Amino acid sequence: MNTTNVLIFSVSLFFIGLFGVLVRKNILIVMMSIELMLNATNIAFVTFAKELEEVGGQMAVFFIITVAAAEAAVGLGLLIALFRNLKTVSTEDIQLLKE
Amino acid sequence: MLALILAFPLLGFLINGITGGFLGKKFSAKTAGIIASSAIFASFCVVVGQFIQLSSMEEGSRVIENVVFQWITVGDFSLPFVLRFDPLTAIMCMVITGVGFLIHVYSIGYMSHDKTPPKFFCYLNLFSFAMLALVLGGNLPILFLGWEGVGLCSYLLIGYWYEDDAKASAGKKAFIVNRIGDLGFLIGIFLIFSMFNTLDFASIKQAVATGGANLNIKLITIATMCLFVGAMGKSAQIPLYVWLPDAMAGPTPVSALIHAATMVTAGVYMIVRMNFLFSLAPETLMLISGIGALTAIFAATIAIVQTDIKKVLAYSTVSQLGYMFMAVGVGAFSAGVFHLMTHAFFKALLFLGSGSVIHGMHEEQDIMKMGGLKKYMPKTFITFLIGTLAISGFPLLSGFFSKDEILYSAFSSHEGLAGTGLWVVGTITALLTAFYMTRVTCLTFLGTPRFKEHKEDHHHHEAHASDHNHDDGKEHGHSHGNPHESPNVMVIPLIILAALSVFGGLLGLPGHSWLAEWLAPVVGPHHGEHGGDAYFVMAVSVAVGFIGMGMGYLLYVKTPEVPKKIKNSFALVHKLLFNKYYVDEIYEVLFIEPVKKLGRFCWKVLDVIIVDGAVLGVARLAKVTGEVTRLLQTGAIQVYAVFITLGLVATVGYIIYGIRF
Repeated sequence: MNTTNVLIFSVSLFFIGLFGVLVRKNILIVMMSIELMLNATNIAFVTFAKELEEVGGQMAVFFIITVAAAEAAVGLGLLIALFRNLKTVSTEDIQLLKE
Repeated sequence: MLALILAFPLLGFLINGITGGFLGKKFSAKTAGIIASSAIFASFCVVVGQFIQLSSMEEGSRVIENVVFQWITVGDFSLPFVLRFDPLTAIMCMVITGVGFLIHVYSIGYMSHDKTPPKFFCYLNLFSFAMLALVLGGNLPILFLGWEGVGLCSYLLIGYWYEDDAKASAGKKAFIVNRIGDLGFLIGIFLIFSMFNTLDFASIKQAVATGGANLNIKLITIATMCLFVGAMGKSAQIPLYVWLPDAMAGPTPVSALIHAATMVTAGVYMIVRMNFLFSLAPETLMLISGIGALTAIFAATIAIVQTDIKKVLAYSTVSQLGYMFMAVGVGAFSAGVFHLMTHAFFKALLFLGSGSVIHGMHEEQDIMKMGGLKKYMPKTFITFLIGTLAISGFPLLSGFFSKDEILYSAFSSHEGLAGTGLWVVGTITALLTAFYMTRVTCLTFLGTPRFKEHKEDHHHHEAHASDHNHDDGKEHGHSHGNPHESPNVMVIPLIILAALSVFGGLLGLPGHSWLAEWLAPVVGPHHGEHGGDAYFVMAVSVAVGFIGMGMGYLLYVKTPEVPKKIKNSFALVHKLLFNKYYVDEIYEVLFIEPVKKLGRFCWKVLDVIIVDGAVLGVARLAKVTGEVTRLLQTGAIQVYAVFITLGLVATVGYIIYGIRF
């Protein structure tokens, strides 16, 4: 497998995730997109770790997976609290930061 | 010792000011008045003591000098707070504390129904302090300190009943007009300092005496003219006299003390004090005597037609001050001081008499609504009559001697027309003075009453008692609707002043004037040996005095309908005089309006547009920036995410590509 191709795949995955974060209205989908971006990053780390024969990259991946798990837990918790209060999960309806 | 003269009134001021402020209404006019009067009386006693000490000294060295403390020390310039008691100061101090004491006592009665007597007496004491500092000061800055102090007290006391708008603005007018004069005075002081490098009277006199040809006469002329501008303001001379008639808004004792007897004579005092300098500037002296004569006759003509008793006396004061300036202008300094002193007696008497009338008439000041008061207030009538005779120049009364001295000095002053001209103007003024004073006396005390007389009646008793809040029924026992004689505390000062008005002239008998000899160390030897023409001058002034008094009596008592006819046939002249030559209106157009316009320009253009514009512009800039950037704050979280992304891209782009620049 060509390193370049893997990296292109990683970048594509990252931007698909980013696109999802920026465009989708459902917060659940947005969070999933964030996971996508994190995993795209993981792939890039692993690729570089193999290419450069450097263990640090592998370490970072484990670290990111752990953090992502925590993030998902917190994020989903917030999401549930939000839904209980506002009865919606659409970003269009939740614009409380205005002014 | 001299500091005590100042200390007593200051102490009285502090006691009345502090305790009166705390106790408020519990502090009656009597208590406050007794404190204030005894302060002045103590001061008077010290003055008399110093006077006796002074007269026991040798004639040439009659000066008592006390350095109280070092006032200002800057580099090699030092200004001690020095008090100097010489013959001139002695006379002034006697008048201020003596007449001042009588007026303080009188005020106890006059202000008995006032709301805040402690405040009144506190100002009165402060005034006496400032006035005494003015005459005791041994150098120009102390004189100026007193000068400003009396100005302040004058302002405070004119606007004493400040709830009345007209009275408050009369106070402001006096203050502002005096500021104009004071500017001239200050410039004069600066010029003198630049010439002599000292401000001490004795040192300046020394410098003038030893200066000889080195003196810059032109500069001295300018400096003395500047000083005279200050005197114009303080002593109400044309063109700065306009404040004095309005100053009558103050309580009547104030008019008597400040605006007749003492403060307004400060200008005359200052010129006599600096006589060694003024004598070097003949142009200034010419100007002074000219302005004095002009003011004398100008104010006298206005006084003829005024109907407010205090306004007549005010214009009379302006006119008499003109006389004093005429005297000092022709170099007759001792004659000026003589008239200053006799005027203090009889004008204080007249003002206090008018105050007694106003008090008895329940605040009525219009002489057209008086008449026949002789019956109700006999003591006031007699004393007022004496004052009238004294000011009119009735032979052997005080005004006769002092006025005659001035007229003779004017007559014999200049060669040719100038002296005669001054004398003619002075004599005409004497005629007018006799006439309008007789008019006031006749309209007030003689003839038939022009107010509603009440019969003795219990109903009125009650109505009036509640009206004026007379708690002490004894004083106003039986004359409630009708005018009543004033209480003794007011009448006795009148009697003493009347006695002084009668006998005051004996201090300056023509030919052997004690006063002229007494003042000789200050103003130079008395050189007016009275020749044959002195009798001519005296005869003429006696004649015009009698003509004036006779005319007044005939017109207003014998044929009271004639003045109305005269008034109607000279309606235009009457209107001109009654409206005081429209001087206030002219000043309004010439000076006040332009100043107001300038003020409006500064306000509307300089301040509102430029200054405020700059300040508000900065604020508006911040606001507009906020308004614009606020639009970015949409609350839509994904818009923020877009910005974050863009920011990230820009940052990464810069790190990757931009760093290579």
